[in-house]
This record gives sequence, structure tokens and C-alpha cells, in this order.
Amino acid sequence: MALISTHSLGVDSRVIDLSIELHRGEMLGLIGPNGAGKSTFLHSLVGLEEYTGGVDSEGESLNLYSRNKRARLIGLQPQTISSAWPISVKDVVTLGRLPWGDSDELAVNEAMRLAGVEGFSDRKVDQLSGGERARVWLARVLAGKPQVLLADEPVANLDIHFQLSVMDVLRHYATQQHGVIVALHDLSLAARYCDKLCLLKEGECVALGSPSDVLTESLLESVYGVAVEVDLNRMPPVVLPK
Amino acid sequence: MATKIKIIPWLIVLLVLVTWLSLGQGSTPVSVWVGLLDWLNSVPSNAALIIGEIRLPRTLLALAVGAALGMSGAALQGLLRNPLAEPGLVGASQGAALGAATVFYFGLFASAGALAVTIAGLLGAIVALLLMLGLSGSGRPSLVILAGLAISTIAGAALAVVLNFAPNPYAMQELVFWLLGSVSNRGLDSLFVLVPALVIGGVIIWTQRSLLAALSLGEQVATSMGMAVNQGSRLVVLGTAILVGASVSVAGNIGFVGLLVPHLLRPFTAYRPDQLLIPSALAGAVLVCTADIFVRLLPFGQELKLGVLTSLLGAPLFIWLVLRESKRWP
Repeated sequence: MALISTHSLGVDSRVIDLSIELHRGEMLGLIGPNGAGKSTFLHSLVGLEEYTGGVDSEGESLNLYSRNKRARLIGLQPQTISSAWPISVKDVVTLGRLPWGDSDELAVNEAMRLAGVEGFSDRKVDQLSGGERARVWLARVLAGKPQVLLADEPVANLDIHFQLSVMDVLRHYATQQHGVIVALHDLSLAARYCDKLCLLKEGECVALGSPSDVLTESLLESVYGVAVEVDLNRMPPVVLPK
Repeated sequence: MATKIKIIPWLIVLLVLVTWLSLGQGSTPVSVWVGLLDWLNSVPSNAALIIGEIRLPRTLLALAVGAALGMSGAALQGLLRNPLAEPGLVGASQGAALGAATVFYFGLFASAGALAVTIAGLLGAIVALLLMLGLSGSGRPSLVILAGLAISTIAGAALAVVLNFAPNPYAMQELVFWLLGSVSNRGLDSLFVLVPALVIGGVIIWTQRSLLAALSLGEQVATSMGMAVNQGSRLVVLGTAILVGASVSVAGNIGFVGLLVPHLLRPFTAYRPDQLLIPSALAGAVLVCTADIFVRLLPFGQELKLGVLTSLLGAPLFIWLVLRESKRWP
């Protein structure tokens, strides 16, 4: 049974009739041009957007979930986060325990270890580099131990080292019998890390399947409007505009 | 939570100290112990009269007003994610001032005696609050600040009208002096309004401390972590308005306490808005009580109003804070 599945999910005209399934151990990539509905879809799953249609987790409708139960099931790393106060890294990560109403030291330390931020846990978030901060935000979500982790463009504005570091963390989390849905602009990273891809255009799913099914030159050209070179046999795979 | 906060015991020690100093401060030298014991045992001595009837109400009022302003400032800054937010922003203090001014003008609630101003102030704060909550619609924090500002402006304008048409110069003088803020000559009766308000407002805000912590990372993150952001925001505003409305209706405007106290304490509470509430209440109490001791020490013929002193001292500190903030967040 799918860890999470949506049935004809719609958010006014921004997401239209979207049905996907995510199983434990899988990493699903959402790709598509700006304004395709990637963030809106992720937001609808955590209750930030009202939606039509249905969302189930292992056969049970999310409508039956309390706010807290939903937050324990699904964790979101939004596209942009900022801390209003210069709080410490450890305190930020501990905030991730709010859905559980505790400050489970073990879960917090494990999340910091997974995200590789335990080395600077006492530093203030406003003193970190962009790459370090991105991993702190990720550690905050990991501390809540969500069954489904949603990450909205988690590697935007990061250098290649931190891009791989963040994607490795997400991939590792998926393999631990969780589910990960990640919105990405970098199609090479999507090909390299994701088991399944959903290509969105103007709120509609144009293609859904394995990277080799979705990342075809003709499909990408029709969606993005530019010629694209695809070589999925290389390691790492390459998907670049011509 | 991860970081341990150790400032509360120190603030309690300070609180006890300033309370004792405040009870001992006055034009007539009196033993605080003797006065307190005589008053508690209903011994009709001068010391009992001075301590029990004059200095104790004044001290307790200063502590309660300070605690209310300190806590409401911490709550509001946490809610709005803005270190420069202050309790006056929710409109309750201007509403309370307008309510009280109306009593001075029309002589309403005459049967309530000295409490008439307090009751009217509280009613004014409640009306301002209801209007503000109605105007802010969904209760999103960003809308709350706009709605509060609008109601504050309207209440301020109405207050100016009341002042403009004051029936006689004495009524106007009385009103202006009251607005300047003071805890002297209020009597223990005022505490019957202020203490329940402090408890109710404080508990309402305290129940929302997780929301304030979650809002550190923004509304989206807070919502995704299961927080009822809009409903919780309304509760924080309600708690703040009760605290501010009650303290303004009892003591007039005591400026800058709600703005400065959370600022000064933030470094000692690991910058966590949820951990700032109780220390801000305690420090607010210490600050207002200390300021009231200074008011009594100043060698002027007429006593300087407490609200004037806090503004005089608070304004330069505020400017320093603005400069410091502008450097921290380029």
C-alpha cells in the first residue's frame, strides 16, 4: 500500500487533477518550469493550501488526521526559510520536535548527525553560510522523523558540494523506509537521485514514471521550450540545455 | 528544548530586592518589617498605615503593571517576528486611554468611585480589541499589526477630540496627568482589576508558547508543524490586549517597557521567544518598580510621572537598539 497517494488533487487552477503514489523507500522528484505547481502541490500535502480531491496515507484519508498527526506524518522544508531570531543550530533542530510536543535529545542528535550539522550545533543560525544553513533547515525536518519528507527546492542557491550533500541526506532518508518528495530545477540531480519523476506544466502532470520515461529530449523540449541534451547512461547522468 | 535558561532565579532575587526597597522608599522613614507586621495584624499604627495603605499598593501595582507590559511585549514581538513591535500596536492601550478619558469628560460610572477610570479603561481596551480582531480578519500576524495600527490611530484621534473639547482646564489637566502614567494614589482596589487580568492574559499567552517558538521560522514552517497559526495568533493578541488594556486603565501610559524589556533579555534566553515570556514579566516588574523608586527619589517639587521617566530613559535605549538592529540584519 502506498505510503502516500493523491487522487485527482486540485488547488484552484494551480494544480489540476494530480494523482501520484509514493511508496516507502522511494524518492519522487517534482520537476517542471517555474509556476508549474510544484510548491503548491507540496503545500497542499501539509495543509498550507486548501485542495479538492483526496490524499491518503496507507489507505487512510488525511482528512481524518488531526493537525499534529498530519505534521508527524509529513514534514516540509519550504523553499525559503529564515529565522527571525539568532537562535542556535541545536535550538532550531529541536523546533522540529514540536509536532511531538517533546524535545527528544536522541532524535535531535540523530537529525544533526544525518544532516552533518553536529559540528556547529552551538553556533547561531545567522552566523552560518548558506550551505550550512540549508542543512540546518533540513535537520529541523529530520528531527520530527516524518514518514514523508517534502523538500521544496532544497538545493537552490547552493554550490555543487552542498547540493550533493543535501541530496545525499534526502536519498539516505528515503532508503530508511521513509518517502521523500523533492521539487527540483536541476534535472541532472533529479535523474541521479530520484526513483520516480513527475513532470508538471501549468499545474498538470505531463509525465509520471522512472527518470528514463520522463526525461526524454522531446518531452522536455515541449515542456520547457528549449532543446535539451539527455544522457542517462553516463554516471552521473546528464540533462542539460543544448 | 535544548538550551537551558538560568536567568529566572536571578530575576526573582532582583524582584524581592526592589520590592523591599520600594516599600522602604518614601518621605517618612518607616521600618518595613514593623509596618508590614502591624498592617497584617491590623494594628492601627502610623507604620501600618504608610506601608499597608500607601506603599504596598503602589509597589504591587508597579510590579503588576511592569509584569503585564513586559510579558505582552515579549509575546507580541514573538508573534510578529519583529523585535521593534510593542504592546501599543494592538490598539488596546489607546482604546483604554480613550475609555478613561471619556470618564473624565462625562463623569460616567460615578458610583464606582476611584475605580471608574479603571473600569472605563478596561471597557475601552475591550472595544478596541474587538474592533481590531474584526478588522484583522483571518488573524494572520501580518494583518494584526495593520489592524492594530488602524484602531490605535482612530482611538488616538478620538482621544484628541476629547482633549480638544475638555469641559474645563482642570478636567483636561487631570486627564493629561493620568495619561502620563503613574502608580501612585491608586489604592488596593485597582489590583482587583489588574491581578485577574494579569493571570488571565498571562495564561492565554503561555498556552501559545509553542506557536511563538514555531513562528521563529515563519508561518509556513509553523503551519507545517501542526500549529493553528491563525487561531493561536488571535489568542496571543487577546492575551496581550487584556494585559495592556488592564495596565493602561490602572496606571495610564507607561511607555517603552514592553518594547525594551524583551530586547534586553533576549540574549539571556537564547533568543527563544517561548522562553522569553516569564523572564520578561519578571524583568518588566523589576524595571517599573525600580523606575517608580527613582520617581520618588527625584528632588522635584512635583513628582515626575512614572510614564514620563520610562519614556525619557527608554527613548535613547530604543535609538541604540534600532542602530544595533540595522547593523545585525543588513
